[in-house]
Amino acid sequence: MSKKITIEPVTRVEGHGKVTIHIDDEGNIQQSRLHIVEFRGFERFVQGRPYWEAPVLVQRLCGICPVSHHLAAAKALDVIVGAGTGDGLTPTGEKMRRLMHYGQMFQSHALHFFHLVSPDLLFGVDGDPAVRNIIGVAKKFPDLAVQGVMMRKFGQEIIKATAGKKIHGTGAIPGGINKHLTQEEKDSFLNGPDPMNIDKMISWSQDALAFLKGYHKENKDFIDGFAAFPSSHLSLVRKDGALDLYHGVLRAIDSEGNKILHDVDYQDYLEYIGEEVRNWSYMKFPYLTEFGKEKGWYRVGPLARLNTCDFIPSPLAQKEFEEFRAYTNGKPNHMSMHYHWARLIEVLHCAEMMKELLNDPDLMEGELVTKGEKRSEGVGLIEAPRGTLFHHYAINEHDQLTMANLIVSTTNNNEPMNVAVNHAAKQFMQGQQKITEGMMNAVEVAIRAYDPCLSCATHAMGRMPLEIVLVDNNNKIIDKKRR
Amino acid sequence: MKFFHKILIYGFGNPGRQDDGLGNAFVERMEQWVKEQGLEGFEFDSNYQLNIEDATEISDKDLVIFADASVEDIEDFVLTQVDADTKVAFTTHAATPGYIVQLCQDIYKRIPPTYLLHIKGYEWAFREGLTEKAMENLQKAVEMMKIKLQNPEELIGNFKNFEYKEVY
Repeated sequence: MSKKITIEPVTRVEGHGKVTIHIDDEGNIQQSRLHIVEFRGFERFVQGRPYWEAPVLVQRLCGICPVSHHLAAAKALDVIVGAGTGDGLTPTGEKMRRLMHYGQMFQSHALHFFHLVSPDLLFGVDGDPAVRNIIGVAKKFPDLAVQGVMMRKFGQEIIKATAGKKIHGTGAIPGGINKHLTQEEKDSFLNGPDPMNIDKMISWSQDALAFLKGYHKENKDFIDGFAAFPSSHLSLVRKDGALDLYHGVLRAIDSEGNKILHDVDYQDYLEYIGEEVRNWSYMKFPYLTEFGKEKGWYRVGPLARLNTCDFIPSPLAQKEFEEFRAYTNGKPNHMSMHYHWARLIEVLHCAEMMKELLNDPDLMEGELVTKGEKRSEGVGLIEAPRGTLFHHYAINEHDQLTMANLIVSTTNNNEPMNVAVNHAAKQFMQGQQKITEGMMNAVEVAIRAYDPCLSCATHAMGRMPLEIVLVDNNNKIIDKKRR
Repeated sequence: MKFFHKILIYGFGNPGRQDDGLGNAFVERMEQWVKEQGLEGFEFDSNYQLNIEDATEISDKDLVIFADASVEDIEDFVLTQVDADTKVAFTTHAATPGYIVQLCQDIYKRIPPTYLLHIKGYEWAFREGLTEKAMENLQKAVEMMKIKLQNPEELIGNFKNFEYKEVY
């Protein structure tokens, strides 16, 4: 008789998830699936609303990455108000948005690494769950915990200064931005008392990278071998091939590094990307249409971005990038745990870019908004912390939204996360009839590498338990565990 | 020199999700009241959810009042003391007040007197604005907290972990 093991929910990822692992009588893994209950009502909700409300409305999607949705929506509406397709803003408009975006990336990545990942590394995947968390880190490695807290805080302050406020920020508007940076804000970020200044943030970003690389050196088998599998990779890149988190063209490479999507204009994304529906998950499965549903899936996010780009346009991160690429002899890196390495290189890049922007006089003066001939449809893409985020809107003659299509970053990583779960299950649970805490966490570690935001706008109503349910072919519960 | 306490009133939730905005609405009401009364020592903040950096924000306060929408089986609102909580949070969406207090203790070696105001909510759809019943609950909570905060020493003194520190 085959059995189904259910792990629900996945701890320390955003939103709710459930993992089912089907095993046979001998304990062989038959199939593993990550089920997502994703709220899909938002795209209908915005229909009929004035288009200029979209950048604020979309922040209702998620309390973790509202800035990404805010900016992607604003970019789509730039097209509609005739402000170009992503590169037509005034210097002030684009640079203020970039500063907001780098602040968001910086705080989100820092939160993920220090809050969610570092406990796994410091206490081990099979460590005691009671201490394998940020509280445990704070007790045993207080300096590291302080760094995580203050880096997150710094990024949040950048967002506040550029978006206007923490909740429902209004900074980005169709065609530009609605404020300059003040002298006081600039001075605070550049020369604030330690640790709240950009130089300290750069220094701590380097420390975090050194910490991870040191761990990697001591744990090569785990970091290199855990949930490693070949795939294609997709992201925006700047037109000259540079890493660009705010704007660019769409590029995809195959598992050997050959370009399979050749730096195309993302306004035409529907020509290249399809979405498959599967009956066991609410979350769709995107794929490159040219290669079909079976072979067209791809990874997005930090690992994908460092695989697709040719270089990083900031010196310290570029040096780290060269080391990263050399590790796989210039070939694409397919190791899931290397998402963390790539993520921290991006943290350093964001810190460097914030410093460059904070010294740019365009942030404090200049035209904020530009507009041109109105269009009825627009697409906005951005590289959000978790990967490529698509927003697509159409309006009618009354300036009301008539259509919205969103492909969120985590949806793009749906298939890779399923593959990663299957790899982790086979690696840690093959032949096992009993599920230990360490085995459960191994599956979760595989998912966490992708930093998924499983259910944007989920109303958090308190702590959810972790539950494992063992079910037979007749859906009868054989065993249940909870932590 | 006039004596005053450093008091933080912090609401969390998503005001774009109907009654989930109760905590934020509470902060707005209290901020207006404090301004009208000319009271000193108060700070206000709102966010979608609590997160790790809030450990820093509460670390130097004499009194912290968190306010959140509640789905618990309560009549209208309740005020409870927040105890440090070492349990793993499910997600960073759900960093609880207890989790923040524990982190504050571990990093800053101090637990400020901290309370959570739970205000009963009913609807959570993608809409702005509180339901009528939630508004009534909010009003009751505001009136009660106005009385409490006119004499905050009681809340501060009753908190079991409090180590009194005068602020001048």
